[in-house]
Amino acid sequence: MSDTTDLATYAMRLGDNALVLGQRLATWTGHGPSLEEDLASTNVALDLIGHARLWLAYAAQCEGRGRDADALAFTRDARAFTNVLLVERPNGDYAQTIVRQFFFDAWHLLVLRALCASRDARIAAIAEKAALEVTYHVKRSGDWMIRLGDGTDESHARMRVAIDDAWPYTAELFAMDAVDDAMVARGIGCDLAALHAPWRTYVETVLTDATLAFPTDGVMHGGGRAGVHTESFSYLLAEMQSVARSVPAERW
Amino acid sequence: MAATIEPSVADVFAWLDAVPDPEIPVISIRDLGIVRDVWWSGEGMERTLTISITPTYVGCPAMRVIEADIVAALSARGVAHTNVEMRLAPAWTTDWLTANGREKLRAYGISPPRPRDLAADPRALDLVALLGTLEERAACPRCGSLDVALVTRFGSTPCKAQYRCVTCREPFDHFKAH
Ligand SMILES: [Zn+2]
Repeated sequence: MSDTTDLATYAMRLGDNALVLGQRLATWTGHGPSLEEDLASTNVALDLIGHARLWLAYAAQCEGRGRDADALAFTRDARAFTNVLLVERPNGDYAQTIVRQFFFDAWHLLVLRALCASRDARIAAIAEKAALEVTYHVKRSGDWMIRLGDGTDESHARMRVAIDDAWPYTAELFAMDAVDDAMVARGIGCDLAALHAPWRTYVETVLTDATLAFPTDGVMHGGGRAGVHTESFSYLLAEMQSVARSVPAERW
Repeated sequence: MAATIEPSVADVFAWLDAVPDPEIPVISIRDLGIVRDVWWSGEGMERTLTISITPTYVGCPAMRVIEADIVAALSARGVAHTNVEMRLAPAWTTDWLTANGREKLRAYGISPPRPRDLAADPRALDLVALLGTLEERAACPRCGSLDVALVTRFGSTPCKAQYRCVTCREPFDHFKAH
């Protein structure tokens, strides 16, 4: 692959993660457990969709195929989406939404902070901007981890289920492939494997505060970054793309 | 056709001081600290005024409104071609809010952001240390009390958190340090 192809793929992955999680979260809008939490999750969704727009615009520019951010978001098929499986996990109950968010937020912040040192000026600029916003995302989801974990018997039990449910999808966050290796070698990307230890340390700290046990690794799932997605992803995509696909030339 | 006198960059800055932030109209977009640069380019009919602004929050819907408001304000002053450029780097932080802007916020009932800890290395990976120091103390904009409780980290807009004053019992918005 050429240099710009790797760069386009790299930006696209970051954009797809933000876009898909933003889309998942947006479906909570109007259904949040309280007004404050409804506003909070909507704000996080807006932040993520804002990041997705920047990453995908850069990916489109790097690939140079005449597509723009909207074309990448609304006209690609599931196989062409490069997000990790964790972000496409269904919302489930609020415990599942929060656990998915917390595992992702902590990873996301580490990645963005590492990318602030990228030799690619655009990647560094987007990362620096997004990291400021994601810092608040982690604080919020971490607070909810503790509130629900160290809450009632019911909320604690649901959190345990949610953690066991999401855990197998966390390994993919730290898996390096050829694109990652190439980007690290060029000083553009970050070493995901090196972020695993700080991530575990932070997750463990929060789980301890939440009176929740640290899970053990079993069978871990992956493949999202290579375009192999779970069944529920096709429904998410169909809903997200329905308007753009039904009136392709429309502007709004 | 009579030659029109081109407004100076200083004039333009002064006009932008009258463009309110759409979400917190008590402060202007200059108070907010998002206007980075103003310059003229091109010749003759193509002469264009470019305003460079930095987004506060990238997903913030207000950015589109701000862009339209700038174009409208300058058009009202007779500027035919205005181009609004979004400059991402360096990233906007609440440290760019002017002293004037902070005072206007407080008078309006919004607790202004505290200065950020500039010593922190943006690349440090110890999240326990990083997030442990994030907790900022808001002061009640009405009675000045520091005895306040966080209601939610995300208020009516992405930039604000909601607090409740324990002393005077009033709820208030706090502009988060960012
Ligand atoms: Zn008070």
